[in-house]
Amino acid sequence: MERKVIDTDVLIIGGGTAGCFAGITLGKRKDIKVLIAEKANIKRSGCLAAGVNAINAYITEGKTPQYYVDYAKKDADGIVREDLLLSMCERLNHVTDIMEKLGLVILKDENGKYVTRGTRNIKINGENIKVILADAVKKQENVTVINHVNITDYIVKDNVIKGAYGFDVNEEIFYEIRAKAVICATGGAAGLYRPNNPGFSRHKMWYPPFNTGAGYAMGILAGAEMTTFEMRFIALRCKDTIAPTGTIAQGVGAKQLNSKGEIYEDKYGITTSQRLYGTVTENREGRGPCYLKTDEITKEQEQDLYKAYLNMAPSQTLKWLEEGKGPSEQNVEIEGTEPYIVGGHTASGYWVDNDRQTTIKGLFAAGDVAGGCPQKYVTGALAEGEIAAEAVERYVDDYNDEKVFDEAGADEKISEYESFFQNPVADISTELLEEAMQKVMDEYAGGIKTDYQYNESRLTLAAEKIKMLEDTCKRLPADSMDDLLRIYELKERLVVCQVLIEHLRARKETRWHSFAENMDYPEKSDEWLKYVNSKMNDGKVEIIFRELQ
Amino acid sequence: MSIRITQSKCVGCGMCIEACPGNLIKKNSDGKAYMLHERDCWGCTSCIKECKTGAIRFFLGADIGGRGSTLSVSEKNNISTWKIEDPNENVKIIEVNKNDANKY
Ligand SMILES: Cc1cc2nc3c(=O)[nH]c(=O)nc-3n(C[C@H](O)[C@H](O)[C@H](O)COP(=O)(O)OP(=O)(O)OC[C@H]3O[C@@H](n4cnc5c(N)ncnc54)[C@H](O)[C@@H]3O)c2cc1C
Ligand code: SF4
Ligand code: SF4
Repeated sequence: MERKVIDTDVLIIGGGTAGCFAGITLGKRKDIKVLIAEKANIKRSGCLAAGVNAINAYITEGKTPQYYVDYAKKDADGIVREDLLLSMCERLNHVTDIMEKLGLVILKDENGKYVTRGTRNIKINGENIKVILADAVKKQENVTVINHVNITDYIVKDNVIKGAYGFDVNEEIFYEIRAKAVICATGGAAGLYRPNNPGFSRHKMWYPPFNTGAGYAMGILAGAEMTTFEMRFIALRCKDTIAPTGTIAQGVGAKQLNSKGEIYEDKYGITTSQRLYGTVTENREGRGPCYLKTDEITKEQEQDLYKAYLNMAPSQTLKWLEEGKGPSEQNVEIEGTEPYIVGGHTASGYWVDNDRQTTIKGLFAAGDVAGGCPQKYVTGALAEGEIAAEAVERYVDDYNDEKVFDEAGADEKISEYESFFQNPVADISTELLEEAMQKVMDEYAGGIKTDYQYNESRLTLAAEKIKMLEDTCKRLPADSMDDLLRIYELKERLVVCQVLIEHLRARKETRWHSFAENMDYPEKSDEWLKYVNSKMNDGKVEIIFRELQ
Repeated sequence: MSIRITQSKCVGCGMCIEACPGNLIKKNSDGKAYMLHERDCWGCTSCIKECKTGAIRFFLGADIGGRGSTLSVSEKNNISTWKIEDPNENVKIIEVNKNDANKY
């Protein structure tokens, strides 16, 4: 493998929402050299690839940042970091202003005011939001982007970040990137559990299947502290296409309806997990399938829904047309997705301080990869990108560590990559092991199959089986860099699964139905008003409990 | 759900390969794009938006209700023209103005 060494001041891993915005923010400091390493191409990578529907986190007129903090805290039943939420909320409108200046179309009324959806959303045309961000990154002279480079590990010495290792996903090139500070912005993790459509359309999932939890895995392996993995995110989505439902539920005010014609929406509570749990329960008790009641909307509204979905989830519009019946003629069937780990919706991720610095010095985290601060959505990810970038500026200005060059570490990493090319062709493949992992998680760690429920005995089995799969992974054969990419994506997911299982096991209560439904402890308890955190030590996950702050 | 690339329309510009967020599309020995991981498509339509020759179309798998229709999109003067073609070659066009925000 060819070896390339790059020297930079700041490395941003993942050129998605938060990563691009961190790059744009650092663009103001021409004296700081910034490198964005992205596994795809920043133009359309990550969550924003297809476009988004609305700005879900905005402080609307008459509301305050604290209002949003209180909402997010209630939705997560107390397990949030209020300090992180507040610092994010204070910037939501400011980052929206910047996005509008960069070209994002936002709907305004006749007085020039943003049109709101509910009390926290504003309406946009989000189809090209990622292209807008990528174009702005390209204009920053001090920011270089390397696309199609997959980062797999941090370089850390004495708990101080020194850079990262990775490889080109097409050519046989190994990268050693040396940096004073690193911002991790790799998004959350999808593809851990068997998905809704496990056959031909297995990647028709809500969260991008290419966000494999790399940032979590790197941090875990480097000994960074993680928080609240047990607060999984399970989305309520349109059946089959797994397209977002907010557009229908909030947009045209469609209510949740069971097959008996009853609106069940208020029966279970209105937090995100309760809305999902309601649907799961209606199905379990024989009143499914469940729907969003749209059959009273007008043809004009239907046409607008077709357009809205083309702007973010085109498969839903295609599905309506394939069926020859739109939402004005039939209600939209809904289902829960497989569980994801996504710090932008729930609170899983790196344990960070208010600057978004992790427990590894010089390593910052922003967006879906950062924990403690749920309900971030697009604007929250942008806000965290900005917060981390500003903190990194100060960190780099004060930096006086010597840069160490650890040749041995790089040699070891290249050998690890190359070992997969030397493995003999075997009866195992990355695809088979991935399916095996998803099956284990589905059956033993609360997937769709068990209505998201689990217990201690099942989790114990899940842990054993995931460990075995991790061992088997070492024997996977690679014949191309693409094969190597798929192997590392699987390895990352397995590390995330390992930690997730321990978190599920550690919280001995059921605070959030479905998200963490522990059948050994089906009740909620005030004793558990605390954070479940973890650190990996010698391959073992060590649980740390922390008091709420 | 996945995409289909019509080889005769592909000019090998590589834009779709560049844009796919999952690195799923590669070049074959004729220099044309092909879908390496058919079952791993997320359905984001990025590749279709990048392809200027209209070589790429999107379809739903039968497992999620696909019945043979395809979806493609082209863009001109801020208008995205989405074209849905059924197996009998009936075409439905939906135009979306990029300057219009979603109503919902
Ligand atoms: C389908 C969908 C619809 C949504 N709709 C809305 C909406 O309407 N409104 C709203 O406010 N929010 C919405 N959200 C939420 C919002 O988009 C996300 O929370 C936010 O974009 C997350 O930003 P991020 O930077 O953390 O992740 P991303 O933007 O996904 O960025 C992560 C980046 O890291 C890269 N990467 C991953 N691993 C590696 C690696 N190992 N090496 C290098 N690069 C790597 C990825 O390719 C990607 O570019 C939606 C999310 C999804 C998935
Ligand atoms: S639709 Fe998206 S995920 Fe599928 S091949 Fe095209 S760019 Fe890749
Ligand atoms: S973008 Fe279109 S023309 Fe260019 S390589 Fe891809 S399929 Fe071929």
